Amino acid sequence: MSAEGVDLKKRRLLTAATSVVGAVGVGFALVPFVASMQPSAKAKALGAPAEADISKLEPGQMLRVKWRGQPVWVVHRTEQNLKDLESLTGELADPGSEMPQQPAYCKNPHRSRKPQFFIAVGICTHLGCSPTFRPDLAPADLGAAWKGGFFCPCHGSRFDLAGRVYKSVPAPTNLVVPPHRYLSDTLILIGDDGGAA
Amino acid sequence: MATEETTPTTGLLGWIDQRFPLTKVWNEHLAQYYAPKNFNFWYFFGSLAMLVLVMQILTGVWLAMNYKPSAQDAFASVEYIMRDVDWGWLIRYLHSTGASAFFIVVYLHMFRGLMYGSYRKPRELLWIIGMLIYVAMMATAFFGYLLPWGQMSYWGAQVIVNLFASIPFGIGEPLSTWVRGDYVISDATLNRFFAFHFLFPFILAALVFVHIVALHKVGSNNPDGIEIKKGPKGNRWSPTAPADGIPFHPYYSVKDIAGVVVFMALFLAVVFFAPDFGGYFLEKPNFEPANPLKTPEHIAPVWYFTPFYAMLRAVPSFAGTQFWGVLVMGAALVILFFLPWLDRSSVKSIRYKGPVFKAAIAIFVISFVVLGYLGTQPATPIATLLAQIFTALYFLFFLLMPVYSKLDKTKPVPERVTP
Repeated sequence: MSAEGVDLKKRRLLTAATSVVGAVGVGFALVPFVASMQPSAKAKALGAPAEADISKLEPGQMLRVKWRGQPVWVVHRTEQNLKDLESLTGELADPGSEMPQQPAYCKNPHRSRKPQFFIAVGICTHLGCSPTFRPDLAPADLGAAWKGGFFCPCHGSRFDLAGRVYKSVPAPTNLVVPPHRYLSDTLILIGDDGGAA
Repeated sequence: MATEETTPTTGLLGWIDQRFPLTKVWNEHLAQYYAPKNFNFWYFFGSLAMLVLVMQILTGVWLAMNYKPSAQDAFASVEYIMRDVDWGWLIRYLHSTGASAFFIVVYLHMFRGLMYGSYRKPRELLWIIGMLIYVAMMATAFFGYLLPWGQMSYWGAQVIVNLFASIPFGIGEPLSTWVRGDYVISDATLNRFFAFHFLFPFILAALVFVHIVALHKVGSNNPDGIEIKKGPKGNRWSPTAPADGIPFHPYYSVKDIAGVVVFMALFLAVVFFAPDFGGYFLEKPNFEPANPLKTPEHIAPVWYFTPFYAMLRAVPSFAGTQFWGVLVMGAALVILFFLPWLDRSSVKSIRYKGPVFKAAIAIFVISFVVLGYLGTQPATPIATLLAQIFTALYFLFFLLMPVYSKLDKTKPVPERVTP
C-alpha cells in the first residue's frame, strides 16, 4: 500500500476514537464483575431488621440479638447507671457523641430513644472484636473507678454503659447505635427506624 | 518454505527450532546465561522461592480436591483431609508449612538484595517487580488463611477487612462490605477468598516470569556489586562473554540443587516434627471452628505479617479515626518500592560501604525482628511504646538513607570480582 493520499490526521483521529470506544467498553464490561461482589439479594435479606422483645428484661440485664450476623445489645439500665453516666464526662473521648456513630435521635447523653434502654452493635470500633458486658461496680481487674460498661478483651478498649469510649484506649469512637424504633412498649425493631434518621 | 532459517541443530530438535526457539531460549537463559562467578549462599534463596511456589501450587491444587469452601463445611473438610484422606495430612502440612517457608525464603532473598545493593541502577525495575511479587504473596497468604475457617482465620480476616473500613470520606464502609460481600465475614467471603486464593498464585507465577526476564536483561548482581558486563571480556566458553561470568547451567543449576537438598531437609523436619511450629506457623485458636459471636482472647496474625501489624497497633487513633495506623502500615510497604532512589552511596555492596550504613542496616534488621515479635504479643503499654520506637527506626532507615548513604565513607571497589 502506498502512503500517498493517506490522511494521517484522519487516521490518528480514527485510531484514537477506536481506542476510546474500546476503553469505554472495557469500563462497562467491568460493571457486572464489580457488582457481583456486592452483598447478594440473599445476604441483604438476612440483613433485614431484627425484633427484640424486652418485656422480660429486668434492670441491670442485657439481651443479645443477631442482626446482619452481628451481635446487637439491648441493655436495661438502672436509675443509678443513668446517674453515673453524667459523672463520667471528663474521662470520655466523645462524651457529647459528636462523631456520627448513632442516628440523630440518639445523639443525647444516654444515647438512646428511651433513657433506660440502650441499644448498640456489640462490635468494638477498634478492630471488630466483641466486648464483654461488665455491669459490676469497681471489679478488681478494671479498677475502683469502674461504673459499669463494656470491656474489649482483644486490645483493652473501655466503653461506658452508653457505649461511649474512654480516653486513651485503642478504639477511636463510641460504639455504633443501629437505627431502631419501638413497635410497642416491649418490642424493638432493630435495623429500621422508618426513615426517622 | 521461503522463510526457512538455518539452525545449527538437526533432527527433531532442528525441526522444533525452526518452529519454536527452544535451543535459543535454553542458551540465552541457561547454558549461555553468564552469571557472576562469585555467588555465595545468599544466592540460593531466589531459586528456593521458585521451588516453594511450585510446591505451594501443587499441594494447593491437591488440597482443593478435598476442601469445601463453605462456612458449613470448610472446617470439617480440613479435618477430613487430615484424618480420612490418604496422605492428606502430608499435603496439608506441606502447604501450611510451605506458606511460612515461602516468606522466610523471600525475606532472606530481599535482605540479600538490600545487602549487595541489587536494587541499584540498572536493577530498579527488577526490585519493583520483586516488591510486586511480595505484595501479591501477602495477598495470597491473607486469602488462604481464612480458608480453614478456624477462630483465628475468622477474626484475623475480620480485623484486616476492617482496616479498609477505616478509610475516611465515606469510602471505607462500602468498600469493606464489597470485599466481604456481606455485612460480616460470612460464607460469601469464604467462597470468594477461596477463588482469589486459587487465582493469585498464577498471577505470582506470571510476575516471577517477568522478574526473571528483567533479571536476564540487566544480568545478576553479585556480592561485590561489580558490573561484570562492564569488565573485561572472554572466558572459557565465549570470547565475548564477561570474563567474570560462568554459564548458569550447569554451574549454578547444580549449586542450587545442593541448596535444595539442605532446604528440604530443614523444611521436612518442620513438616514432620513441628508442623505448627509452637503456634507460629499454625496458631492454636485456629484448631477451633470460627464463631462469629465470640472473639478469642488474643488476636495476632501469622508471624510473617506481625511486623506490619505491630506498626498498625503502635499508632494511636486521633481526630476520631484509626486510619493513621493503616496509613503507616501501608507506607511501610510503599517505602520499600522507593529504595532504589533512596540509596545515594557511590558503591553498591555492603562490602565496600562504610560503618554508618552497616550500623543502619543492623538497626533496620533489629527493628523488623522486634516489631515482628511485638506483633505476636498482647498490646501492653510498654509493648506499644517499644513498637512506636521501632516503627520510627524502621522509617528512619529509609527516610535518612539519602543523607547517610551519601555522607558515609566507602572503600575502593576492585575492578574484578573477588573470589
